[in-house]
Amino acid sequence: MSRDVAVIGIGLSRWGELWESSLRDIFVEAAQSAIDDAGVDKIDSMYIGNMTAGIFTGQEHLAALMADYLGVTPIPAARVESACASGGLAVKMGYMDVALGLSDVVLVGGVEKMTDVGTDEATYALATAADQDYEVYHGITFPGLYAMMARSHMLKYGTTREQLAEVAVKNHYHGSMNPLAQYPQKITLEQVMNSVMIADPLRILDCSPITDGAAAIILCPLDLAKKISKKPPVRIKGFGHATASIALHNRSDLTSLPATAKAAQLAYKMAETSPEKIDLCEVHDCFTIAEICVIEELGFAARGKGGDATASGATRLGGKIPVNVSGGLKSKGHPVGATGVAQIVEIVTQLRGEGGARQVENARTGLSQNMGGSGGSTLVHILEVV
Amino acid sequence: MSVSKYWREMPHRYRMEAGKCRKCGNVHFPKRLVCAECGERKFETITLSREGNLETYTIIHVAPSRFSDQVPYAIGIVRLKEGVKILSQISDCDLKKLATGMPLRIEFRRISEDGAAGIIHYGYKCVPL
Repeated sequence: MSRDVAVIGIGLSRWGELWESSLRDIFVEAAQSAIDDAGVDKIDSMYIGNMTAGIFTGQEHLAALMADYLGVTPIPAARVESACASGGLAVKMGYMDVALGLSDVVLVGGVEKMTDVGTDEATYALATAADQDYEVYHGITFPGLYAMMARSHMLKYGTTREQLAEVAVKNHYHGSMNPLAQYPQKITLEQVMNSVMIADPLRILDCSPITDGAAAIILCPLDLAKKISKKPPVRIKGFGHATASIALHNRSDLTSLPATAKAAQLAYKMAETSPEKIDLCEVHDCFTIAEICVIEELGFAARGKGGDATASGATRLGGKIPVNVSGGLKSKGHPVGATGVAQIVEIVTQLRGEGGARQVENARTGLSQNMGGSGGSTLVHILEVV
Repeated sequence: MSVSKYWREMPHRYRMEAGKCRKCGNVHFPKRLVCAECGERKFETITLSREGNLETYTIIHVAPSRFSDQVPYAIGIVRLKEGVKILSQISDCDLKKLATGMPLRIEFRRISEDGAAGIIHYGYKCVPL
């Protein structure tokens, strides 16, 4: 017998280059914020999404460390990893704990401390999400993998370089209304098109940044949420979780993201809903091309038309399906292990009507999509305000 | 890189050895223990042809430190005659003349090195035919 699960608390740490804050400080900052928002005085268990604190800071065994510094020992805590989808995976684990009745109040967090190392080591750390022996060995980088997807998409569907840039322009426009965004400045199409080349055809303004940051949410059974939550509870109506080859070259179609397609299909089925009933979504725009491919897989744009949909304004605030009103990974920042949880924080903020200048009107149902590497793993969650 | 980690991949990187599924005939590079298509566990070791076509590519301008002395360099996904795709650098070519679909040949080349006194990493690269 499975219980319905609701989000009753959300919290973010500051995001950016937080040289004065340690990995544990950042996590506790977000966790306390979520606990305060929920108004709970105890938590029963904890899941933490983190990609690679071992490489970024030399620290493993995060679950116990964070439980200790949050002052919640001896509760059970676990760190989960699925590269950049670690946060989304932690949300699923927390959901299962509550749904199965193992815990009543679960804290789900995500954290990454990326600026304790230089750019070179950060690039190395992130590249561990690709196939070490058959991709990274040959000198490929993550921008390079997504650049090859971009070229394939441009060739197959006529997607233009300008359409890629439109994703960045839109997400920075959204981020300009998010006080917590790491890079809240608006940018122009010309700035993107003339920015430094990283991996042809992708330029620096096509790429999400390196960020220190954490996010946390509090989950509990929906029945309990209705009794104790001071704010409208947001129910997790469904989720989908899927995998695909982590090596890009092993996929039959380089323009598709099969794990995202499968996860979306499972989430829509579980939530008994469909793309046209979704009011907003937060997607994994680690690179501009990623958002274009993802909105196609989620059913918000026809196959091959993700670029057209973006250029038409359909994915802008006020458009048919606002995508990444938080600013997305591109403008808000991308502390990899925290991103999947932070997407849920934004969806809940919007569904509560607390989005301020970037509020999506009449938002009732939201979707988040979080993926690891070049798409080897994906989590999709669908939430609805009760 | 540890010697054992380097040594055990040599059949793939030096000789382009692949596994052909004895049941469905699918070719896997590198070799696997289970066929991803049909679940079969028996394979025949074959040597891949050294010719293919460029399916997509990028030109790396910001590289990992081991490759930073090579920028800008091209990397592509190449479809070989057996239907297998590999990722490799595209060498000895004018970067402006790269084009998807172009025929390529696989050659044995130096890939990178572990500093001044470490292992030199060899493997395959593609060059225009």
